Amino acid sequence: MVLTPERKHEIEQVARQVRIDTIEMTHAAGCGHPGGPMGMADFMATLFIAHLRLDGGNLHDPDRDRMVLGNGHTCAGLYSLLSQKGIFPHELLATFRKLGSPLQGHPHRNPELGIDMSTGSLGTGLSVGAGMALAARLNGWGSRIYVASSDGESQEGQIWEAATSAAHYGLSNLCVLVDFNNIQIDGVMREVMDVRDLRAKYEAFGWHAVEVDGHDVDAVDGALCEARVTDDRPSAIICHTTLGKGVSFMENDAGWHGVAPDDEQATQALAELGV
Amino acid sequence: MLAKTSETTTVETPSAKKIATRDAYGEALVQLGGERDDIVVLDADLSGSTRTKGFSKAFPERFFNMGVAEANMMGTAAGLAAMGKTVFASSFAMFAAGKAWEQIRQSICVPKLDVKICASHAGLTVGEDGKSHQMLEDLTIMGVLPNMTVIVPADAVEARGAVRAAAELEGPVYVRLSRAPTPIVLPDGHTFEPGVGTTLREGADVAIVACGVEVGAALEAAGLLAADGVEARVINMATVKPLDEDLLCRAARECGAVLTAEEHQVRGGLGSAVSDLLARTTPVPMDMVGVDDTFGESGTAEELLVRFGLDGASLAKRARTLIERKS
Repeated sequence: MVLTPERKHEIEQVARQVRIDTIEMTHAAGCGHPGGPMGMADFMATLFIAHLRLDGGNLHDPDRDRMVLGNGHTCAGLYSLLSQKGIFPHELLATFRKLGSPLQGHPHRNPELGIDMSTGSLGTGLSVGAGMALAARLNGWGSRIYVASSDGESQEGQIWEAATSAAHYGLSNLCVLVDFNNIQIDGVMREVMDVRDLRAKYEAFGWHAVEVDGHDVDAVDGALCEARVTDDRPSAIICHTTLGKGVSFMENDAGWHGVAPDDEQATQALAELGV
Repeated sequence: MLAKTSETTTVETPSAKKIATRDAYGEALVQLGGERDDIVVLDADLSGSTRTKGFSKAFPERFFNMGVAEANMMGTAAGLAAMGKTVFASSFAMFAAGKAWEQIRQSICVPKLDVKICASHAGLTVGEDGKSHQMLEDLTIMGVLPNMTVIVPADAVEARGAVRAAAELEGPVYVRLSRAPTPIVLPDGHTFEPGVGTTLREGADVAIVACGVEVGAALEAAGLLAADGVEARVINMATVKPLDEDLLCRAARECGAVLTAEEHQVRGGLGSAVSDLLARTTPVPMDMVGVDDTFGESGTAEELLVRFGLDGASLAKRARTLIERKS
C-alpha cells in the first residue's frame, strides 16, 4: 500500500495543525511541552490518519484500536489529533492544563475522549500496551495497540521488561513508535545516557524493528504497513525526528522540551507555520 | 458502595485447624475462574508459592506468567483491565507492593482499573527467608493510594470471601495473604463484606482491633485476660481501608481503650489508621502492637511472633498496661 497524493496531503495538513495547536495550547497554558509533539507530528499524523481505527464514530466499539502515549508529556499533540479525528471539539484544546479540564498536563484516562490510558511517568506505557494486546487477542478482537515512546524513555528499565514479555507472548498486534530525537530534559541524549542502537536492541529482544525518518510520511506509512503484516512478533518503529520541527528557533534545542513560547515567540512560531 | 452493617459472631478460642490464606486464595481463584471468563491471572514466577498455579492449570489460556518482572506485570495487568478484564496479579508482598509501587499508582490506581493485587508471604510469618522477604510496610504504601481498597483476611475462610469480594468490587484492591498456615478464627459460612468489621468476642474493658494473623493472637489474649476477670472485646478489622468507622467509634466509646495488633510496622498500618480515626472522633487511650521501626529476621513463624511481641501473651500484657491508663 502506497499513500495516495490526497491521503499524503491530508496527513501533512493534520501534522501542520498538530504543530499549530501545540504552539497555541502551550502558549495559552503558559507551560507544557511543545518540542516533543512538534517533532512527532508527522509520524503521529500518519498513524492517526492512515492506520489507527479511532474516531468519533467508533470511539465506543470495544474492538477498535488503542493508543497509549508512553511519553505522556507530549500530550498536546495527542489532544490535537483526537480533536482532529472528531472525538471532541477543537475549542476544548483551549482548556489544556487548566483547572477542571479533562485535558490534563499529562494524559488521564478518559473513555469519552479517546484518552486510552493515564501516563506521564515514563516507562509505564509499553507494559500497558502489551496488556491491551493480550486482552485483544484473548477476546479475538482485531484491535491493534499502538504505543508512543521515545529515546529518553528507553532509559527506563520497565521498557525492557515489557519488550521481553511482549516478544515472549508474540504480541503481533502491538506496535511501538519510538520518537528518537537525541534530546532529553537535561540535554543531548547521547551525552546524558546513550541508549545506543534501539533498532538492534528491539531486534535482540525478539521484535520486528525498523528505523525510519520520522518526518517522511511515506516511510512511516510503509513501516506501519509492514508492522500490520508481521504476524508473529511485536513491531518497533524507530522514528528519527527533530525536536521542535517546523519552528526554526525551537529545532534541536533541549530548552524547548518543557517550556512554553511567550507572546512574541508564539507569534513568530505561528508565522513560520504559515498561520 | 460498601455496606455499613456490622455483625457479631461469638468465637471463644481459635480452632486447632490451620490453613494458609494463600491456599484459600488459590482455591477461590479456580472457583472464580470457572464462574467468570473475564478473570485473568498474572504471576511473577512465583505461581507455586502464591498458589495461582491451580488457576494456571485449570485455565491456561487466561494465565500469564510474567517472569521476574513485577513492574511490567502491574502495567500489563492495567492494560488487560483497561480492555475490560478483571485481573488478579500475584507475587510475594515484598515484590508486588514494594517493587511495583509506582506502576500500581500510575497505571492502576490513577485510572481506577480492576486489578486485584493478591500478595502472599506478607509479614514476619514468611519465616526463615528473613528480612529481605518479610514485607512489613505494604499496608502503608498500598493504603495511602487513592482508589485502593486494602484487605487483610484473618483466616482461610475470610480469604475466600475476600477474593470473591475483590473480584466484585470496582477498582483496585490489595489483598494481603500469608505463607504460614494459621488457625481458623471465623466460623464456616462467615461472609466477608468489604468495609465491615466483625466483633468476635464481646467485652467492655478494652477493645483489641486486629487484622490477619493477629486476630488469632487477639482471641488468645482475650482468653488470658478473661482468666483475670478482664473482658476484652475482639474486633477483626479485615478491611484496613476503608475502615469500619462506626464499629470502631462504638468500641472506643464502650470500652474506653483500644489496642491494635498487626503483623506490620506499627507506623502506617492498621494502628495508624485506627488512631487517625479515633483521634478525630473518639479519643481514648490507645496502644499499638506491631513491629516497631525495625526489620525482621530469620526464624520460624511462631518464634518470630513471640520475638517481636505479636503473640497472645504479649498482647494480653500490653492490654493490661493500657487498661491502667483508663481514667
